[in-house]
Amino acid sequence: MLKHLIIKEFKQLFRGGFIPKLLIFMPIAMIGILPFAANQEIKHLKVTIVDNDKSSVSEKLCEKVSASKYFTLTEVGSSHRQAIKSIEKGDVDLIVEIPDDFEKNLVKNGLGKVQISVNSVNGMKGMLANNYMNSIINEYANEMKEKYSTQQPSFHAQVFSIKPYYLFNPKLDYKIFMVPAIMVMLLTLMCGFLPALNIVGEKEKGTIEQINVTPVTRFAFILSKLIPYWIIGFVLFGFSMFLAWLFYGLTPVGSVFTMFIFVIAYIIAISGFGLVISNYAKTMSQAMFLIFFFMLVFILMSGLFTPVASMPQWAQYIAAANPLKYFIEVMRMIYLKGSGLSALITNLLAIITVAIVLNTWAIISYKKTN
Amino acid sequence: MMIETENICKSYGKIQAVKSWSISVKANEIYGLIGPDGAGKTTLFRLLTTVLLPDSGKGVVAGYDIVKDFRQIRKEIGYMPGRFSLYEDLTVKENLQFFATVFSTTIEENMHLIKDIYSQLEKFSSRKAGKLSGGMKQKLALCCALIHSPKVLFLDEPTTGVDVVSRREFWQMLKRLKQEGITIIVSTPYMDEAEMCDSIALVNQGEFLRIDTPNGIVSSFDKTLFSVKSNKMHQLLNDLKQYSNALSAFSFGESIHLKVNSPTIKQDLSSYLSDKGHSELEIQEIKPNIEDCFMAMTSM
Repeated sequence: MLKHLIIKEFKQLFRGGFIPKLLIFMPIAMIGILPFAANQEIKHLKVTIVDNDKSSVSEKLCEKVSASKYFTLTEVGSSHRQAIKSIEKGDVDLIVEIPDDFEKNLVKNGLGKVQISVNSVNGMKGMLANNYMNSIINEYANEMKEKYSTQQPSFHAQVFSIKPYYLFNPKLDYKIFMVPAIMVMLLTLMCGFLPALNIVGEKEKGTIEQINVTPVTRFAFILSKLIPYWIIGFVLFGFSMFLAWLFYGLTPVGSVFTMFIFVIAYIIAISGFGLVISNYAKTMSQAMFLIFFFMLVFILMSGLFTPVASMPQWAQYIAAANPLKYFIEVMRMIYLKGSGLSALITNLLAIITVAIVLNTWAIISYKKTN
Repeated sequence: MMIETENICKSYGKIQAVKSWSISVKANEIYGLIGPDGAGKTTLFRLLTTVLLPDSGKGVVAGYDIVKDFRQIRKEIGYMPGRFSLYEDLTVKENLQFFATVFSTTIEENMHLIKDIYSQLEKFSSRKAGKLSGGMKQKLALCCALIHSPKVLFLDEPTTGVDVVSRREFWQMLKRLKQEGITIIVSTPYMDEAEMCDSIALVNQGEFLRIDTPNGIVSSFDKTLFSVKSNKMHQLLNDLKQYSNALSAFSFGESIHLKVNSPTIKQDLSSYLSDKGHSELEIQEIKPNIEDCFMAMTSM
């Protein structure tokens, strides 16, 4: 019986070619394009230098700034006021102002002051611009120190520098960090939300009326809706792993087997969530709105873009119920760090708990609404 | 008895859709459930097909209790909902095949039942169900409801929105199915179809009005019915309703039907109407049909 129901589902899914196209297009687009779009590294910041000193020492600083790949020197401003105007117009992202006694102070007292003004309308961008500029000026100060310290013992520039060594993602490549998380999003769409839409579709078209008066049990009916998407989800997941390797040369450091244990647990959890939605929504548009809402909450509270640990406490409590969060953590740990099952056991338990809660809820609400 | 209910009740919130109905349908008959929209016909069907649970009362279909043995009932019945509810993105053949496998049978096994109907569909067998015309959809739905050779066939307003020729054809099909030994319970808002049934139940707004054969209902009409026409038709209905001897009056096509106690008041009636300013009067005593009986029961 179940076999025939599943055959029918597959016939419907592949008819019209929408799902097959989606299966090819969605992973390529999401893995091929999204990591670039979600890149938080900022390059080509437009900088104005207001050089009031116009000495050989200040010129060195200007050269150093314009040589950086992060900054593009747009103009050498004549006054601070004019530079601020350029920021207001949006032509410039930050201003570096060098005072007129820069060289004199530096050589004589070993103390040079530089003012940085950053446009922080986009806070993230402003912060990064400031950090980049600070590191350039520090580097410059160290060079100056080497040059003048012999003459001037009280030189105040930074005396040591910190060289970070980034574990597991040495170049801090944002793409490598994003790709495993995007695979999770794909799985969420395919195994959580598409079956929910399909079930609500049967309700809306009334075809469920006809099924209800046949010997098909509700359990068989729902399984017949889920199983095709589970199968498709697995294929899709494999395909996205292949794409990650093809586009970024990314292969999991940890075991693929462990990863698939999590895939199974996660698929069950998220399809339980889809079922809950399908029980409450009466029409496709209601279901779409619910899905859209929860998709946003899930993604923003999953640590996909911003780490959960930096959220306020109450938000962390909400995130603790988010299956996406656990799975994204796991994916990153397996892909980048090579963690084994023993290190991930709390996440596995969390996903299983969420799966049990959601599926129980789905069963209870199903009985109530029918 | 193929179907029997005992004081079955169902309400949605405050609205009582089915108020204590007791019906009994004999094996191998066509049973008509006749009443306007909102009478409770579909609700009764949903109760009998085990999709809804009754609030109170009992029901038995093909020997099985509608609450306890719902699984058995679902194997024995065919249901054609009022709204087309087959898979529009599957072809005619695929739909038929699907419903056959769902009942663990094959198309070939019960071909004899649907042969007449399916022969008209065969040339469209690879067309998607959604692309069929209304009449063809209805035939396909009937085929799918029959594919597992059910003992009882439930048809919920099968002829609503269907043209006159197809309607007549459809009733011919039902007569043939009856000869195959299938019990058919059919609901319809059209009173003229009532005459095709072996027994009918007249229902209105959740109330049970009467059960009888079509002839029984007509012959039990023991009053007199006049068909009245005049030059001021609009005013006529109001005047007739106020007429002291009138039991009920309702418009019926081009004339107004008036129910009175005896034919002897014809003279009195025509002078009453003349006084009210009507001329070109036509008053005729007529034989009532089922619609008259229904209207006489429900209207004043």
